[in-house]
Amino acid sequence: MNFRRFLLVLVPYGWLLALFLVPFLIVLKIALSDTALSIPPYTPTLDLSAGWAGIKDFFGALDFENFVFLTQDDLYWKAYLSSLKIALISTLVTLVVGYPIAYGMARAPQEWRPTLMMLVILPFWTSFLIRVYSWMGILSQEGFLNQFLQWAGLTSEPLIILNTNWAVYIGIVYTYLPFMILPIYATLEKLDVSLLEAAEDLGCSRTEAFWLITAPLSRSGVIAGCFLVFIPAIGEFVIPSILGGSRTLMIGKVLWEEFFSNRDWPVASAVAVILLLILVIPIILFQRNEQRQRELEQ
Amino acid sequence: MAQSPSSSVFAPWDDPTKKPLIRFEGVTKRFGDFTAVDNLDLHIYEREFFALLGPSGCGKTTIMRILAGFDPPSEGTVWLDDVNIAPVPPNKRPVNMMFQSYALFPHLSVYDNIAFGLKRSPMPKSEIDGRVQEMLRLTRLEKFARRKPHQISGGQRQRVALARSLAKAPKLLLLDEPLGALDKKLRNDTQFELMDIQEKTGTTFVIVTHDQEEAMTVASRVAVMDNGKLMQVATPDRIYEAPNSVYVADFIGDVNIIEGNLRPQEPGKVLIDWTEGEAPIRAEANGGLTEGTRVSYAVRPEKIAVSAERPDDRANVVQGKIIDIAYLGNISTYHVQLPSGHMISAQMTNSRRIERRDFTWEDTVWLSWTDTAGIVLTQ
Amino acid sequence: MIRRFSWFNATSLTLGFAFLYMPMIILVIYSFNASKLVTVWAGFSTKWYGELLRNEAFLDAAWVTLKVAVISSSIATVLGTMAAYVLVRGGRFAGRTLFSGMIYAPLVMPEVITGLSLLLLFIAVGLDRGVITIVLAHTTFSMCYVSVVVSSRLVAFDRSLEEAALDLGCTPFDAFMSVTLPMIAPAVISGWLLAFTLSLDDLVIASFTSGPSSTTLPIKIFSAVRLGVSPEINALSTIMIGIVAVGVIAASLISKTRIARMTRDEQAAQQQ
Repeated sequence: MNFRRFLLVLVPYGWLLALFLVPFLIVLKIALSDTALSIPPYTPTLDLSAGWAGIKDFFGALDFENFVFLTQDDLYWKAYLSSLKIALISTLVTLVVGYPIAYGMARAPQEWRPTLMMLVILPFWTSFLIRVYSWMGILSQEGFLNQFLQWAGLTSEPLIILNTNWAVYIGIVYTYLPFMILPIYATLEKLDVSLLEAAEDLGCSRTEAFWLITAPLSRSGVIAGCFLVFIPAIGEFVIPSILGGSRTLMIGKVLWEEFFSNRDWPVASAVAVILLLILVIPIILFQRNEQRQRELEQ
Repeated sequence: MAQSPSSSVFAPWDDPTKKPLIRFEGVTKRFGDFTAVDNLDLHIYEREFFALLGPSGCGKTTIMRILAGFDPPSEGTVWLDDVNIAPVPPNKRPVNMMFQSYALFPHLSVYDNIAFGLKRSPMPKSEIDGRVQEMLRLTRLEKFARRKPHQISGGQRQRVALARSLAKAPKLLLLDEPLGALDKKLRNDTQFELMDIQEKTGTTFVIVTHDQEEAMTVASRVAVMDNGKLMQVATPDRIYEAPNSVYVADFIGDVNIIEGNLRPQEPGKVLIDWTEGEAPIRAEANGGLTEGTRVSYAVRPEKIAVSAERPDDRANVVQGKIIDIAYLGNISTYHVQLPSGHMISAQMTNSRRIERRDFTWEDTVWLSWTDTAGIVLTQ
Repeated sequence: MIRRFSWFNATSLTLGFAFLYMPMIILVIYSFNASKLVTVWAGFSTKWYGELLRNEAFLDAAWVTLKVAVISSSIATVLGTMAAYVLVRGGRFAGRTLFSGMIYAPLVMPEVITGLSLLLLFIAVGLDRGVITIVLAHTTFSMCYVSVVVSSRLVAFDRSLEEAALDLGCTPFDAFMSVTLPMIAPAVISGWLLAFTLSLDDLVIASFTSGPSSTTLPIKIFSAVRLGVSPEINALSTIMIGIVAVGVIAASLISKTRIARMTRDEQAAQQQ
């Protein structure tokens, strides 16, 4: 390996080691430390000047106390469960909303498709925060949705949607919808029309042809879309804190409050470690789906 | 160029005093468990138009990439002008390559593509334009100098790729399936153009192709490859008329292969017993073959005559029934079944119009060929 | 699929795009509302835009955000392009698996964890929080996005073009600069734009890594909207949506005309 190539590998590698891997190891270390009223607010701190004894003391003082604490206080496991539930429900709703849109795009005349694609991608480039915020004015008690419902005579009392889990579901579906549409559209667009014609030729009705041909062949897109919504939804912070209420429990919000309000760094770190462990499973499943898709295409 | 005293034709490979330009010595290339090139020895001479011919995956492209410097050999040495080229990186080799995909730089004009290599050579800036113009003239691209690659046709792109790789006047030009992307008609014209340019510039060409007709047309010598090994290296006519193995005979053109047991006769003559009820085949073969050796007898369809009457003057005569006729315009191929079940193809030129053809399906005909028409193969 | 575009398809597209765009359209319309009450229309006015331009705190935050976005996306583009090249063309080297893992992990890592871990690192090494720490944090996660965008282009790119450059006498570095880079330039540019918008947009990581003197615009917006809907934020949002819309539409028009020209040229070349 010559020097130039070495440098080419070393610079990005070193950067990621220093600013991605090392910070994560620090989180792990602090998760195993104890809370202390000091700066930084945890013990032990590694004292290298004490030599080998310092290192031994350091590792001796680490323990799983914070993780035990997480299992004892039901706030945490409720928050994990609630995050999973919210992410799961929103993912399913996003699928139900997104699939017909992707399907309609794939069926649209060829010359419309680039424009439709652009319309789906455009929100990506728009501030996430602003897109979430735009629902506040719609969902509030005197908001547009309630104005419309009362005008239409569907309700007499304004519905309370903002600051409930309902608003969180709407927010997640809205902001992550493009993540669902794009992979499904990609698989539907590649679908060979003659397959459907063959199915109908062999006696299927249109509906049967959809369930027997289109649905199974778009499975990988559906799986990819679901993971792309589910994975970030679990750790979501912005949506529950803007649209959700004080009773909306999501783990991202708990971590934030643990850190900023309670200043309990070791517990916040332990929450982060568990969150990551929960995410490992869907991430591995997602990777496997992508891998299989790539192999099929070759 | 000095010619050998014995002949006036270009045949440096027959002249022991000539030194080859390229020498492969025991070259092996492995990719993991796969051996792409297996212990290869090969000499290529200056001014040769050398073709590497074989099916895909036979290792011909690997040989080319070893010469260009993109893949180092796993074992063995490659000498170019008595220099071991293993440590020389591709950008320092006096070798240029014309890529199968042409690899024209899409962001540069035709002119800049051709000048690309020259700008990176020691050639003074003032001479570059002259050289590029010369290349444009050679490949008849003067009108297209300012165009980008996507603004010209496939045939023109092929010529730009050729001009670009020739511009630096390399000692050796490698051509990877240079005509593969062209349609049949254009390919034939371009073959002759390539030969013409090779002659004009005096560059040594090594061409990789899977098209046997193309290799036979352009090359001074052809190397037939299979599974990383050289099967035969010879001039096109030798390859066709005197293949050294069933593989080569079968790969180049159509051939009837008949298996049988050898019976040596007077020196140079042999008989082959091949089936019950038929006379043994008379053939010529060199000595060293023993009685009873299992051999394959190869005879080309166009060497076999078809007639209604039994000819008296031919060494080999068999009778059979026409099963199928393939009409190819200038020639027709007759597939004839013998009483023993053997199928033999024979070719006749169609000098008459089709409705006056002599033979038709189900006709019983005589097939005949001389004792020098076929060749006895032991492998 | 080219087939019967049914009423069902038309309806789902109409409703779907209405859902995607209605909230933003309402936001834009009501940014021109004269009333302080954001859900009651009281006539057209641009006064909130005026208020916004006189709000020093917002302007400062906007300046910090822009500075961070330009610097971090530029560094991220260089690092991400290098990383993509190493991943696609680098062959095997020790620790390649860890390297590709570190490229893909930040894409799925919850922002709260990335933010928390970087903050703890900055505290551990005693780096004061400010513009520099935000830049470091943003560079780290956006270089991964750049590298994914650039490597997908590199994978699709005909390797023989680079080999041809080497064959014609380029050093590997020269080949990269004169052939590879011009070819992957569109991906590098979109990588930069992506890194830039990610940085502009980021609230969570910036909240962890910013100091008191380096508040970014999303942090400012977040603390304002927690108190409720405000017409000033509507005006600010409208400006941001407008910039993005103009940018994306212009970019797609440019690429559309370029593709059209390419196809026309190619057809003309075939007819010669």
